[in-house]
Amino acid sequence: MKLPAARALAAPAAILVLGLFAPALAPAYRSQMAFLWVMIVFALTWDLLGGQMGYNSFGNVLFFGIGMYACVVVQRDFHLGYYSALFVGMAAGAVLAVAVGALIGSGLLGLRGHYFAIGTLGIGIAAGELAGGWDFVGGGGGLVPPMYPGAVGGRETFFYYLTFAIAVITFPVLRWLYSGRFGLAINAIRDDEDKAEAMGLRTTRYKTTAWCVSAFFLGLLGGAVGNLIGFVDPREVAFASSTYGVWMVLMAILGGKGTLWGPVLGAAIFHVTQELFWKYLLGWQRVALGLLIVVIVVFFPRGILGWAREKWPERFGHGVDEAASEGGG
Amino acid sequence: MENLRLLFAAPPLSLQLLLDGILIGAIFALAAYGMALVWGVMGIINVAQGELVMLGGYAAYFLYRAGIHPLLGVPVAAVLLFFLGWGLYRSVVFRVVDKDLFISILATYGLSILIQQLANAIFGADVRTAESGFGTLVLLGGAVTIAEIKLISFVAALLAGAALITFLKRSRMGQAIRATAQNARAARVMGIDTDRVYAWTFALNAAICGASGALVAMTWIVNPYLGLPYTVRSFMIVIIAGLGNIVGVLAAALGLGVAENLAGFILGAEYQAAFVFGLLVVILVWRRFWLARERRYLA
Repeated sequence: MKLPAARALAAPAAILVLGLFAPALAPAYRSQMAFLWVMIVFALTWDLLGGQMGYNSFGNVLFFGIGMYACVVVQRDFHLGYYSALFVGMAAGAVLAVAVGALIGSGLLGLRGHYFAIGTLGIGIAAGELAGGWDFVGGGGGLVPPMYPGAVGGRETFFYYLTFAIAVITFPVLRWLYSGRFGLAINAIRDDEDKAEAMGLRTTRYKTTAWCVSAFFLGLLGGAVGNLIGFVDPREVAFASSTYGVWMVLMAILGGKGTLWGPVLGAAIFHVTQELFWKYLLGWQRVALGLLIVVIVVFFPRGILGWAREKWPERFGHGVDEAASEGGG
Repeated sequence: MENLRLLFAAPPLSLQLLLDGILIGAIFALAAYGMALVWGVMGIINVAQGELVMLGGYAAYFLYRAGIHPLLGVPVAAVLLFFLGWGLYRSVVFRVVDKDLFISILATYGLSILIQQLANAIFGADVRTAESGFGTLVLLGGAVTIAEIKLISFVAALLAGAALITFLKRSRMGQAIRATAQNARAARVMGIDTDRVYAWTFALNAAICGASGALVAMTWIVNPYLGLPYTVRSFMIVIIAGLGNIVGVLAAALGLGVAENLAGFILGAEYQAAFVFGLLVVILVWRRFWLARERRYLA
């Protein structure tokens, strides 16, 4: 990006201001807007692996579910105040998610291509089934987080700002990671892993790090979302492979995978569409979402930013010359 | 672990579990063989495999409700699903055949969610079964019992598989399918319409899944959400056996049936699904270390 600094900062600043005042502007839609930030974090953390590193995971929902369960268990079993329990729980969720990521990463990240995709799909669903049978975490009935102690209506505002804060932290961290050596390394892994390894790159270390960064933010987010939704179901909420697990992939693809802003854009469009489906197609919204997945993947696999980059390469910092026609695609 | 001790205390019980597992295994083998066919010929991993099984089950169920014996429902379900598979290929799948593998996985995963939700909206979430009205065989003085229907569907599954293999070996289209699997470009040069071959392959796969689903509906139950475990089982069987290895597919499927039945008994039925998905991860990771060791040996 060779944009002038002022222009490059204009969009994030506008989003930041809009995000800060959004609850005041549209108080009726606070929880929907909170979910918009959740979706953005989903898409961004998926894109770190799928878009930037070329490891298409269906199982990132694993970390989200671990974070959610860890947070609610801490809230249940440690007698702290509401807010301290929530924040300690979210931190515990993030730490546990990273630990699990590091532990299974060494085995799972050695799988390539479609084996990785199907393997991660399996691990996400297996986690849901295990949680559904484990009585300590409520078994199939799940868990209910404690009541929010503040005033009526304060809960939505609080969790709106909490998810907003997580999204606001995630984006610059990923941007900073992509701008340096780490970004180059994971892009090299995506483009040709064997060659990257032969060039002396410690691919396993980079892959595990990326996987753990993703796990950290998803674990943090899980606790907040568990409390926002108000109950933790093993298969439908925490380890929801066929909803959140696919949506994160889809949103990144819709916006344009492997770009910084693509997942944000894709998440926003997808979330609005999804809410419209809920409003106008009640009873059929899940069918409509399934159809939407097929349509996007089949007809629009490059995504919005991928398409725009092809159409106006000069806007994306590529000069219109041989370099762009070779590397721009 | 209480159940594990029970197994050692009563040997006929393990025989019972073993037999049940083997009899289920043949049904798994059908869907897995279809998956291997599509994977080998078209280069697509069809995640909607289990949903085709589920639809076959519903076809048999509705035929049974209409008064047709489920056993006759098996070929009818296969024919219905053949046309559905053809339609799916012509509308969606042909667009992802030559795309990146991940795109085809995601597209068929989307199809799987779509079909599952459609089935839920249309047929309802209730568990259904097609009563076949067969009795139960009692062996070893009552220690081992086998539902006759399980035995019959075992034989029917083997027959359906044999019919598909004969078709692939003998018919003109079967030869074209095998030629395309070997080298699609060369097949095209030799005048084979590969697009038509792909449509046939996908439709045949749907038909074999339909037959397998009808047997499932007759032997156990159908509901809209049973698809994904069947997909995962098929996938496991195929990666253990390798593509184009019929004996391997059958052996792996029977082994999986037994393993799953034993695990369901020892761990409890609520962990059976977790066992299937967990086993998938274990097999994939084991395969990678095994391949890595083999590479080191070669180097």
